Amino acid sequence: MSLRNALCATTALLTLAGAATAENLVIATVNNGDMIRMQGLTDDFTKQTGHKVEWVTLEENVLRQRVTTDITTKGGAFDIMTIGMYETPIWGANGWLVPLDDLSEDYKVDDILPAMRAGLSHEGTLYAAPFYGESSMVMYRTDLMEKAGMEMPAAPTWQFIRQAAAAMTDRDNDINGICLRGKAGWGEGGAFITVTANSFGARWFDEDWNAQFDQPQWKEALEFYTGMMAESGPPGYATNGFNENLSLFQQGKCGMWIDATVAASFVTNPNDSTVADSVGFALAPNSEGIEKKSNWLWAWALAIPAGTQKADAAKEFIEWATSQGYIELVAANEGWANVPPGARVSLYENPNYKDIPFAQKTLDSILAADPTDPTVDPVPYVGIQFVAIPEFAGIATEVSQEFSAAYAGQQSVDEALAKAQALTNDAMEAAGYR
Amino acid sequence: MARAVTPRRKAVNTALAWAVGLILFFPILWTILTSFKTEAQAIADPPIFLFFDWTLENYAIVQERSDYMRFLWNSIIIAGCSTLLGVAIGVPAAWSMAFVPSKRTKDILLWMLSTKMLPAVGVLYPIYILFIQLGLLDSRVGLTVVIMLINLPIIIWMLYTYFKEIPGEILEAARMDGAGLREELIHVLTPMAIPGIASTVLLNVILAWNEAFWTLNLTAVDAAPLTAFIASYSSPEGLFFAKLSAASTMAIAPILILGWFSQKQLVRGLTFGAVK
Repeated sequence: MSLRNALCATTALLTLAGAATAENLVIATVNNGDMIRMQGLTDDFTKQTGHKVEWVTLEENVLRQRVTTDITTKGGAFDIMTIGMYETPIWGANGWLVPLDDLSEDYKVDDILPAMRAGLSHEGTLYAAPFYGESSMVMYRTDLMEKAGMEMPAAPTWQFIRQAAAAMTDRDNDINGICLRGKAGWGEGGAFITVTANSFGARWFDEDWNAQFDQPQWKEALEFYTGMMAESGPPGYATNGFNENLSLFQQGKCGMWIDATVAASFVTNPNDSTVADSVGFALAPNSEGIEKKSNWLWAWALAIPAGTQKADAAKEFIEWATSQGYIELVAANEGWANVPPGARVSLYENPNYKDIPFAQKTLDSILAADPTDPTVDPVPYVGIQFVAIPEFAGIATEVSQEFSAAYAGQQSVDEALAKAQALTNDAMEAAGYR
Repeated sequence: MARAVTPRRKAVNTALAWAVGLILFFPILWTILTSFKTEAQAIADPPIFLFFDWTLENYAIVQERSDYMRFLWNSIIIAGCSTLLGVAIGVPAAWSMAFVPSKRTKDILLWMLSTKMLPAVGVLYPIYILFIQLGLLDSRVGLTVVIMLINLPIIIWMLYTYFKEIPGEILEAARMDGAGLREELIHVLTPMAIPGIASTVLLNVILAWNEAFWTLNLTAVDAAPLTAFIASYSSPEGLFFAKLSAASTMAIAPILILGWFSQKQLVRGLTFGAVK
């Protein structure tokens, strides 16, 4: 048999084999810019593997409910799910996810940022691959800061932030010195106040799972937050979440905004932001005398539910979507500013990416976050802006509702903390932790 | 004797009716207007009402990203079939309660209505597991049955109210003329209750079209209707209001048009039992 014939036969066999094993993958995902971009590029994956992809895109909270129902009942509606750092270790421990411990060598699993790997693993086994990662940082108006005669340090303290916010506030011109989340919800205002409290030395639980809202650090954090927002925050901040603050910042109505690092690409996009050319970045603040900063750590990651019949094809997709090659594909099609950030070390070593103004601050923020050591005192849990136990979402939603009521002036900080203390201890007792 | 209405009072009433109508319609109008704005214009403060550069960009993006026709077709099938199935079951049920009542009829009617008071999420897991066992997950058949069951109490209540308006003597006369139960239902009762049945159908098509709990929780790809289409454009991290508005406009347009053309029928049906 000639070499040519042999090649033809091999190609034909491979094509047939490929056709025989081509799968139709159903992927549940959230609606955000990076995920939508990936949907537009999946033809590349289909070309490479023959597998087709169907997307189920849902709003974050709807998606959470939907995939939780499916995975707990082993429904098998999805072959891949987009989940976060909160769910991954819990679901991995319950045996609901396929372990990602046999990814190919080409995938370079060691290139994933260590903080991301740790947050997406249970007992050292990776259960979800990060598609993109984020922390939180300060985004501020360089022109307003200059006008206020102040200079933002690379790593500011809360005390500096409060002072700068007051100096930048110009109520006559509808400029608020600082915009922060106050909206109820464990992933909205709940996440923000938790990291703020961490940076004042507060914690959710002591080592025996007793709630700690009766401790002075929580009171200090909450009084600082409400005081600063009363001085320099926008009216009605108790109902503001990520989107409301993004809107205010893009319209030039905030001097500073402390929020997710992914917002950096939105506020510097001249198509959407009126202040795109005057945005600076700094690390999330800490309180004077306390080292812990108020930055969180989060990743949207791809995981395979144990109920799927297409685990091999699903792994192929995850390897494609979270690889270095995918980052290069996005860069070639949409530019380096639009690649999914915060997942791989190699991205931050890439000279093309280093030119992006917020790249280094994003990396520094991610590196400054340690989910196993979130605050000053030791804690029995993993997680920075959340506590990685199944009961947390429900408890934290209720606690954040009490805090939002305090922000709105419907009750005092002391009343909110007392209610938070009681409801958290009750829930933990009912769940058998105490 | 009807009370005379002065022209002034008539004008005031008309103005008031228009004002209430506009207030109720304003959110829909705002959604439609936003769908023609850019994302930056959509969040502008103060809000821009009419004077902006109108663009079809959002519709183009939504069309490119989603298979609108598949979602639309699923909505039509699910809303249409669940309503027809519900009416097919509801007519005999309402007939028996209206014309052959027992001492438990009122209790049964109230019990049926009480099922509407149960929060849907309370039975999500049992229904989901049932769907897995029966292979009905992400199927139009399964969703049609569930939505029919959800709306059945309303269908029966509405039909019962209309049937009660029909004199029982007419049915008795039909029976004396030799009509069986089937003939009585199809040839006598149904034609007389057509306006009531039509408004029941219309209202339940609207309810089924807008149902957004079960349609999101029991579907994935194949059976996902327009509610899932809208949900795919909502995001807590990113401002996509213009695209969300375009998707919403595309989702509500068919039912809005249906409602517009059938509004007289709908109003007549809804007020039928109220003015005895």
